[in-house]
Amino acid sequence: MLVKTIKKTVKIDPMTRIEGHLDIEATVDNNHKVVEAKTKGTLYRGFEQILVGRHPVDAVQLTQRFCGVCPTPHAIASSQALDNAFGIVPPNNGRVIRNIMQGANYIQSHVLHFYHLASLDYYRGPNIPPFTPRYEADYRVPETVREKLIDHYIQAYQIRLKAHELCAIWSGKMPHMASITPGGVTIIPRIDNITTSLWRIKELSDFIDNVYIPDVITIAQIYRDCFQIGRGCGNFLSFGLFDLDSEPDVSKRKRFLQMGRITNNQLLPVDVERICEDVKYSWYDSASHRHPRLGETIPNPHKPEAYSWLKAPRYDGESYEVGPLARMRIAYQAATNPKINQLIDEMMSTLKISSEELCSVMGRHAMRALECKIIADELTNMIMQVKLEEPVCVPHQVPESAEGMGLWDAARGALSHWILIKNQKIARYQAIVPTTWNASPKDDKGNPGPIEQAMLGTTVDDVDNPFELARIVRSFDPCLACAVHVTGVKKGVHSFRIV
Amino acid sequence: MSAAKAISRRDFLRWAAGVPLAASVSVEFLPKLAQAIQEAIKEYPIVWMQNSTCSGCSVSVINTIHPSIKNIILEQVLPGHQLILSYHGTLMAATGSMSLETVRETAKKYQDKYVLIIEGAIPTRENGIYGYIGEGKKPITMLDWTKLLAPHALVVLAVGTCASYGGISAAAPNPSGSMGTQDVFQMLKIETPVINIPGCPCHPDWFIGTVAKILLYGMPKEKELDQYGRLKLFYGRSVHNRCINRDYLDEGVFAENFGEEGCLLELGCKGPFTNADCPIRLWNGSVNWCIAAGSPCIGCTEKGFPDEHSPIYQRR
Repeated sequence: MLVKTIKKTVKIDPMTRIEGHLDIEATVDNNHKVVEAKTKGTLYRGFEQILVGRHPVDAVQLTQRFCGVCPTPHAIASSQALDNAFGIVPPNNGRVIRNIMQGANYIQSHVLHFYHLASLDYYRGPNIPPFTPRYEADYRVPETVREKLIDHYIQAYQIRLKAHELCAIWSGKMPHMASITPGGVTIIPRIDNITTSLWRIKELSDFIDNVYIPDVITIAQIYRDCFQIGRGCGNFLSFGLFDLDSEPDVSKRKRFLQMGRITNNQLLPVDVERICEDVKYSWYDSASHRHPRLGETIPNPHKPEAYSWLKAPRYDGESYEVGPLARMRIAYQAATNPKINQLIDEMMSTLKISSEELCSVMGRHAMRALECKIIADELTNMIMQVKLEEPVCVPHQVPESAEGMGLWDAARGALSHWILIKNQKIARYQAIVPTTWNASPKDDKGNPGPIEQAMLGTTVDDVDNPFELARIVRSFDPCLACAVHVTGVKKGVHSFRIV
Repeated sequence: MSAAKAISRRDFLRWAAGVPLAASVSVEFLPKLAQAIQEAIKEYPIVWMQNSTCSGCSVSVINTIHPSIKNIILEQVLPGHQLILSYHGTLMAATGSMSLETVRETAKKYQDKYVLIIEGAIPTRENGIYGYIGEGKKPITMLDWTKLLAPHALVVLAVGTCASYGGISAAAPNPSGSMGTQDVFQMLKIETPVINIPGCPCHPDWFIGTVAKILLYGMPKEKELDQYGRLKLFYGRSVHNRCINRDYLDEGVFAENFGEEGCLLELGCKGPFTNADCPIRLWNGSVNWCIAAGSPCIGCTEKGFPDEHSPIYQRR
């Protein structure tokens, strides 16, 4: 007997509890298995167009406004691109203070992501808005644990606020920091900045060690099946971060978390020349398959076949996952920092999982939490490297024409900024942000992006409530917004809700 | 709710506040008391729409210290006044169509009574196709949501410079045709009152202060607002006039490069052209502010930001 496969389309639009605007659309077969998945960026702001013709240094302030959760990495990557274009490098204080601000921002971002964006996928919040309405499905946390988690959800607000304060002590304010500039930073360090930072770091570390990591372990032990979903593309990329020297070629810098990529389980060096961005399925008329240095941005919201405002960055033509899991895997395989390996080994042994199972929804949460601890522990060391009375910045001249590149890792993954200066003005500016890697649409060859791949093959228990997909998408900490519908192919769209 | 042990809101409020329930007697057992509490507290449904935004204003507002974000979400923003955050894309539990149903239900149930908060500019080019939130038969644009929600709101608060005046999202050449709230209202002939609370981002105190002013004393009088629709209370005086570097200016000490002591005018400081109380309010628990970190004011609370203040680091 011929059984006709009936496919259904599952949509999540808008997906809430992520930063920004993202829709998810998945097609499931009659076994409820995802056979096709699309991630769609639904907002176009046109920063690349806005930047053209402006004074190059303005990019530091303007590109921060890509994201209010993580302005810091954009300020740093754009300053690096300008340092590169101007032929300058920051003095030690400039390098160290940029690192401190970034470290503080990581803690803010990771704590916010776990508690305020992701954790409500695993337990019921309080029974009032904005925690209601919600889907009543697959909550397995016992009541006593639930009460504790709600308590920590509230506490986490205060903790991320302290992390913002730690950053603002050096940056002027957060979000959108004042003190990062080409050549270093603008703030003249004082002893009180140092003391008050050290005590805030202690408070943050206490929370991470005694609340955040134990909570992730608790949830991971209850939802062990979340180690089996959302594997992803298996390729990992990081530009690394926390500069340990000021080597003029940013791709050769020694970093606390090193630059690298993993494909076929092999750790390999990164050659940025092999990056290109495809736009066949993106709402752009620009030439496809271009290196970001030559990238164009010509919007066309009516382009046939296109389904996202995101471009599709690829390395050697392949999708790469970026973010905490990528950084921790790279650090683990590089094995240059024994403490990181020890912490990851301990985590795997506590959770009784293999390193393969780290590539999963719950593995991403676990690695994000561990990374948060590693950075909080290192922050004290960074603060102690600040030298009072020493310079923080070197002066710059804007050249007639120049090119520059900034490579860094934001909390959510690999970040690159590329600038072309002509007539002392910005002639071209392109940035590939972490979510462009992770939530990218299909490339010119039709190969899906990392989040799309992570959804493929997932069994959706209830197509009216595809919480599995929401958990997968949120584990990447996308910097955009989504919602879910189901479309019966014959009968048209009927909306449905997810947890 | 199907949760067997679901706690009621009042229970939760007491529990969250750390107040032990008297002799384990829940308000559930004292219906009259529960009713009295209910009546004593005025509730204000809030719909918070994030349009063309970086979410920085939401991130900033949750940095509020007194009241804390816990006070605001779970307790009362002011004694006897509770905000009910019905929709906020980044914070709410619901997702997908359920989240959008909540918006529609709130707008219907509390017609002319809900507070609409707009974060981010509103893309208007090609009927707003450059930004949408959710899809029906076709994408529901941010402009569509504005048309649906704004006419029946009690008041609209435009949080941040993008929502107030277009800001970065509307910077030249403004590819998405983004506009600030009042300009969009004028275009659509929407007459709901708008209070602007600009800043990139909006300071949590400015937001809470504006909300408190409205809840306790009603809509601000015309003389309390400046020509840009901001409360003079927060935006009435220039950054320059209250700057910590005034002594350097008087002594003629100007920083020529970043990282030097001195007045920052030569490095492009927009303090003289910017109205905001940053010099006395400070940011992030009062730990710092831009100029104290050696950085010029970039004029982020102003209608002309960023275009009229470009190049940012050159003297205007």
